[in-house]
Amino acid sequence: MLLKKRKREGAEINGSSMADIAFLLLIFFLVTTTINVDTGIGMVLPPPLDEEVDPPPIRERNLMNILVNAQGLILMDEQPVSINEVKDKLIEFIDNPTNNEELSISPEAAIVSLKTQRETPYNIYIDMLDEVMSAYKDLRDAASRSNYGVEYARLVENSPQQEQIKDMYPKKISIAEPDS
Amino acid sequence: MAHFKKKQAGTKQEVPTSAMPDVVFMLLFFFMVTTVLREVTLKVKLDLTKANNIEKIEEKRLVSYIYMGPERLPQNKFGEDKIQIDDSIVDDIGAIRNIMYDKLIEEPRLIVSLRVDQNSEFGLLTDVQKELQQAGTFRINYSTKRED
Repeated sequence: MLLKKRKREGAEINGSSMADIAFLLLIFFLVTTTINVDTGIGMVLPPPLDEEVDPPPIRERNLMNILVNAQGLILMDEQPVSINEVKDKLIEFIDNPTNNEELSISPEAAIVSLKTQRETPYNIYIDMLDEVMSAYKDLRDAASRSNYGVEYARLVENSPQQEQIKDMYPKKISIAEPDS
Repeated sequence: MAHFKKKQAGTKQEVPTSAMPDVVFMLLFFFMVTTVLREVTLKVKLDLTKANNIEKIEEKRLVSYIYMGPERLPQNKFGEDKIQIDDSIVDDIGAIRNIMYDKLIEEPRLIVSLRVDQNSEFGLLTDVQKELQQAGTFRINYSTKRED
């Protein structure tokens, strides 16, 4: 017969069910998972105190004692303050621009000790911790802006610039044990 | 007039839907990457508090949760503050250090996320923190919602 060029049919796998499988898997994941937004205040706990070893001596002026009682009343170094004054007082304590003898020698040496009572509600504790973190954030932002022109949050993670700012204002926060 | 015939387009245009599985797979990978399989049913009431200076935990695989709050009792009542780790309520505080130590062995860079009800008392939290210090898990994160 006439030699017709037979059009070769390429072998084709029917791909129409692929979409069905994909939809099934998608619905499974939609149903069983949650977009867990994990935000919170990060902290690093200090190593446990060895009972035998005495803690290293700290000069009184380098330590800022913050006491919070069960009703949320705040004492900073024996002075009653309101929650709005805490941040500014902390910044003044850590930075000590006027070189006041009552306040810290240098930001590297400044230690903030936060002591609450066992009955203090958790949200008050977090509010206080938030104020302390916010004081450090402001100090670090100011240093970062004057040194590098950008905010601390914009510095590249683990870069020498970030490390330098971290060393200038280390977060020396001590969560003191409540008196039982 | 009879010579003119209305010409109809004989062919049908089909929108090629061969890319549909690709689009769906893209969505699927998005969900697989950004979500976590939720396996824990909360036995305690948990109202998170709010804070300003919060950071997001980037590496979700490193996180382990400890929940603290008033226990949910039948008939919508609430009991004492309890600690829940991974599905079960932990009654013995001293057992926490062993549990967390085992987790630390599995994942050396463990971050412990403390999800505490906002009215819980600090006393229980400080006990748990002491246990965490003993276990060697120092990286912690207090879970809070973002304050506006």
